[in-house]
Amino acid sequence: MNTAHPNAPALDVAALECGYDGQVLLKNVTFQVKRGEIFFVIGGSGCGKSTLLRHLVGLHAPTAGTVQFFGECFNAATGDRQRELLKRIGVLYQGGALWSSLNLLENVMLPLEEYTPLDAAERAELACMKLAQVGLSGYDNYYPSEISGGMRKRAGLARALALDPAIVFFDEPSAGLDPLTSRKLDELIVNLRDLLGMTCVVVSHELASIFGIADRVIMLDKQAKGIIAEGDPRVLVTDSKDVRVREFLGRGEDGGAPARQKQPSP
Amino acid sequence: MPEPIITPPETRVQLRTEGEWLLVELQGAWRITETRPSWMELLAGRDPVRVKLVWGRLDDWDSALLLFVFEVRQWCRTKNVHCDLSDLPDALQKLLRQLVVVNETRFTVDRSRDFLSMVGLAAQDVWGKTKEIATFVGECVISATALLKKPHKFRWRDCVDEMQQCGAMALPIVSLISLLVGIIMAYQSAVLMRQFGADIYVADAVGLVMVREMGAMMTAIILAGRTGAAFAATLGNMKAGEEIDALQTLGIRPVDFLVMPRLVALAVMMPLLALYANGLGILGGMAVSLGLLDIPPTAYWVETQTAIDLSDILTGLIKASAFGVLVGLAGCHRGLRAERSAAGVGRATTSAVVMGLLLIIVSDALFAVIFNVFGW
Repeated sequence: MNTAHPNAPALDVAALECGYDGQVLLKNVTFQVKRGEIFFVIGGSGCGKSTLLRHLVGLHAPTAGTVQFFGECFNAATGDRQRELLKRIGVLYQGGALWSSLNLLENVMLPLEEYTPLDAAERAELACMKLAQVGLSGYDNYYPSEISGGMRKRAGLARALALDPAIVFFDEPSAGLDPLTSRKLDELIVNLRDLLGMTCVVVSHELASIFGIADRVIMLDKQAKGIIAEGDPRVLVTDSKDVRVREFLGRGEDGGAPARQKQPSP
Repeated sequence: MPEPIITPPETRVQLRTEGEWLLVELQGAWRITETRPSWMELLAGRDPVRVKLVWGRLDDWDSALLLFVFEVRQWCRTKNVHCDLSDLPDALQKLLRQLVVVNETRFTVDRSRDFLSMVGLAAQDVWGKTKEIATFVGECVISATALLKKPHKFRWRDCVDEMQQCGAMALPIVSLISLLVGIIMAYQSAVLMRQFGADIYVADAVGLVMVREMGAMMTAIILAGRTGAAFAATLGNMKAGEEIDALQTLGIRPVDFLVMPRLVALAVMMPLLALYANGLGILGGMAVSLGLLDIPPTAYWVETQTAIDLSDILTGLIKASAFGVLVGLAGCHRGLRAERSAAGVGRATTSAVVMGLLLIIVSDALFAVIFNVFGW
């Protein structure tokens, strides 16, 4: 997606240390996300998934280590430069985080209004298209309080996509959604990746999503305070040397999600 | 310093004419955050018969390119010019189709209403709110009688907590304001009294007005802004976070659990604060009399004692207690009826303060009439 660093990975995290108030929650976190990849950060509750996400998108400064987007370090950048980088990042928060005083169209239009030279008609058209892409055509002038949780999440995704980000972060996209809606959101993520070529970093512990759409995962652990596994979840579930990884991913076996693994190879 | 994903090379479009075809070659990087070339300016008066968009060396593209292609397509349609998009990649064609669908079928549910139905809805709303308030007051009365019968069910700990919040914590602001009110009243009445050589009656004026009116009133106004708003914001947030629903599904009435401790706290603390405010107001008046009128504090105090009797203090305290209940009711009611959103909590807080102030003034007027009838 860029010219100056054509081969740099979309996201390059090196020796990252995250924590609040002098307390270290994660240390020595190192991983890379390739362009166009759907990358999952998984792990049990309280292992620091959301903390990591907040550090990746610049809401908290890491205590040590670097986060690079397409070869450019976010923490080392100046304020203006960080703003520029943030334009290429989309974030879908857990509850959608829509601004409650704006309707859906205005929610999606706000980033366009702030950062693009488009006129009002074009902004509205583009915002409508983004809403249509997430299956919300016709809901332009509904307020967030008037729609369901799943719809709020999709509208949040439309807003995250408004500036055609090169990389989109998802914080627990399936939290609070029924399995069907959750699968549809997964499909949407894959479709958008295929269509727009964006890179997706998903924080989730939902096995159906992990086995359904993840290209690669890293697993975090509370005791280890860092990454304990990295790779294709379909391989990790059987081949990981770490029992914690096999256990975590293996829970999905009864649900039938990673059924592919059980089929004997021809 | 590398300039990777941010400042793209100039977005470029090259126009070439081949026979009756106008070839539009798309190149470079297209970013939605940058200004894109305008089709009309590029044409510069040209009048092609056929237009073909050619996929050149594109480094990067996003919705900016999509909007440009859409602009070209729309122009061709209106001018009845043949437009060949076959060279564009599938992803762009797919996005273009989506944009065309949005452009052609964009429908927005019309939710505007005519004037008459708006008036009707507003009237219904007023009636609904009146009933709601009546119900809420009724619930509070039921809850209060139930708690009188079973006092051990009352949340004493919450109540003491609230008392500290709305009473002790409000002391600094109440002190400052009532002292200043005393000083202001003394100054104003001193100007008048001096003309008649009746300087000492400043003590009567300040004492009476403070004790009967201003002590309770100023305290109530401070607490309406301070505590009434806090009640509404707390309960509103609890509602947004489904905490109120959780109480209801447990069979616990939110009024018992949340409203009663707050109402009792305010009803108890408000008279105490008003009494304190009376004292400080009189102190303010005393200071002004000493400095401006040379009245010694002892004389001022003796004069105040002759002017005020117990019934004056009692009427003030009765009013203060009533104001406390009203401010608490307004705050809790608005909070419990708040919409489940950040804006809803904000509106609830505003309307709690407004409603609290309104109730204070209206009830004060009623008290004036009642006390007059009874000759208190």
